[in-house]
Amino acid sequence: MRERDSVADMLKYVVKRVLMVIPVMIGVSIIVFALMRVFSPDPAPIVLGQHATQESMEAWREANGLDEPIAQQYFSYLAGALKGDLGVSYYTKTPVAKEIGARFPATIELAVAAIIFATIFGILLGVIAAVKKNTIFDALGSFIALIGVSVPIFWLGILFIMFFSGVLHLLPSGGRIDVLLKPADVTGFYMIDALIEGNGAAFRSALVHLIQPALALGMYSMAIITRMTRSSMLESLGQDYIRTARAKGISEAKVIGKHALRNSMIPVTTVIGLQFGSLLGGALLTESVFSWPGIGKFTVDSILKSDFPVVQGIVLLVAVIFVTVNLVADLVYAYLDPRIKYASKREG
Amino acid sequence: MAPWDRDVPGDFAEIGSETAAADEALAMGTALPDGEIPVFEDDETLHEKPEKQWLEMWRSLRANKAALVSLVFIVFLVLIAVFGPLLTPYNPVETHMANALKPPSAEHIFGTDQLGMDIFSRVIAGTRVSLTVGLLAVSIALSIGIVLGAVAGYFGGWIDTVIMRVMDMMLSVPSILLAITLMAALGKGIDKAVIAIGLVSIPEYARIVRGSILSIKENDYIAAAHVVGLTDARIIFRHVLPNALSVIIVRATLGISSAVLDTAALGFLGLGVQPPQAEWGDMLGRARGFIFQAPHTLIFPGLAITLTVLAFNLLGDGLRDALDPRARIK
Repeated sequence: MRERDSVADMLKYVVKRVLMVIPVMIGVSIIVFALMRVFSPDPAPIVLGQHATQESMEAWREANGLDEPIAQQYFSYLAGALKGDLGVSYYTKTPVAKEIGARFPATIELAVAAIIFATIFGILLGVIAAVKKNTIFDALGSFIALIGVSVPIFWLGILFIMFFSGVLHLLPSGGRIDVLLKPADVTGFYMIDALIEGNGAAFRSALVHLIQPALALGMYSMAIITRMTRSSMLESLGQDYIRTARAKGISEAKVIGKHALRNSMIPVTTVIGLQFGSLLGGALLTESVFSWPGIGKFTVDSILKSDFPVVQGIVLLVAVIFVTVNLVADLVYAYLDPRIKYASKREG
Repeated sequence: MAPWDRDVPGDFAEIGSETAAADEALAMGTALPDGEIPVFEDDETLHEKPEKQWLEMWRSLRANKAALVSLVFIVFLVLIAVFGPLLTPYNPVETHMANALKPPSAEHIFGTDQLGMDIFSRVIAGTRVSLTVGLLAVSIALSIGIVLGAVAGYFGGWIDTVIMRVMDMMLSVPSILLAITLMAALGKGIDKAVIAIGLVSIPEYARIVRGSILSIKENDYIAAAHVVGLTDARIIFRHVLPNALSVIIVRATLGISSAVLDTAALGFLGLGVQPPQAEWGDMLGRARGFIFQAPHTLIFPGLAITLTVLAFNLLGDGLRDALDPRARIK
């Protein structure tokens, strides 16, 4: 009976949480649309150049639907967006969805590599710092975490290039892959495409190009995960059940690895999910430093030349990913931590 | 407490208090303890406790070496920002092409940049820009965030729902992306950067203030204030907010560090100050092409950003520990 209640509660919570995404997404689309079409300066003279005539600008606005009432513009944009049509770029005339699609795998590849690095090293450093509390290891872990949140990621990228490319000549300073080795486009993720092709040289090239930007991008998240893991581990290690486990004579490695770590990971999971979302923001800067051909660099370029449909499309896409990842993180958290379900019940 | 009330994602300040519940507990520790009988005719008595709290905080902060050194460094930065023009050996915006990209020497201790401008003078001039932008952006975010958070937390109901959902919308776009989107609408320039950075950090202040308000408003003395017939505005600003002040100060200190970082990021992307004005991130962005040829052009501005951010982070951490009764006992 109780079991069924909690399943029903869980389902109710999931549905409630998923439904909450809809108004947030509509709100984001309105905010971005208003920013781009109401508050931004008229793009016509920028796109057509200063010498454009009044008539040619009128014609251009009409062709891009900018002469219609703003509400109508929004609803036709929303209707299009729901079908995957995000409009066309003012400059290339290519559908925005296609432009983004061509660059998106590069950003995802970078963000995934960064979050993997951040997760592994963040948890490792955090656990070591907690287990060896108040020793040199703890101090070192805290120091690395502090540097990670204080160094601007673009400067970190520059320092990496100076050292690994300039001094050691070990890693390439920019780009995604050696152009000559580029594998055939299947997934758009070069490392996977290279594997599909069975091309070892391409895989290696993609990997060495990925290392520096992924480290630079992941450093901030690693610092956050380290701090979270440390404090969460310290809390778990102080619990009664750990004392009980130790008293029963279970080996220290098992106490830490199995009992303490598992419980500490509940809040850490959420933080990792949230960090993945914010990595997409950081990618903007990292991609700029490493000439990484993803959406980050594309966004900045598009903003600089007022290519609003592109900017709108990217912001919406990133918001969708951000919200989805947060949603998944919340659901995982709720699944792992039964107290959340009680809270939602009490509220609802 | 529902999970969406959890605080700002990936935020430096929230480590160790990852749930809003923990924030409330923190705020609770700084509020008037139960059993205290406040006298409402005399407002001054309400301020007595927070003052004692400042003293306690200062004592705790003094024991924290890192935070203290940071505080001294910040004072030093402020002095540089104020007296900057008197300290620069050269005009920070004067180009001297014949003298471009010179490594550090006795005449130019940080070397010269691609236009022959003295990097030391530019780093000094940039201090004023970064600190001003940081302070102004945080002030914008604070004043709007406090009002929104206080109104949401105090009144609850649909007002709370509307305000917090809008905050959720803003939080669903990474802040730097939202900031540059705003810059696209507002146009380039450091004044626009201040507004953009300020606006995107409103939600974090609104959330933290709301969390504090929620816990404080349950106190008996707030109920008593209602009974006495004080207006809502008076209760919020005179009785509720002063008790949330310490939490707000911690967040604002950490907020300055992220505002300095964001300013540098916008400058790096070429959206900040207009040339030839000196700004640390802008200096990095423009010298980027000389990374192998003249690395010194990239070392010093980056170091300036990092040290400034580090100092505000350490001070913010120190203040938080000083305010947290649990940490104080240890």
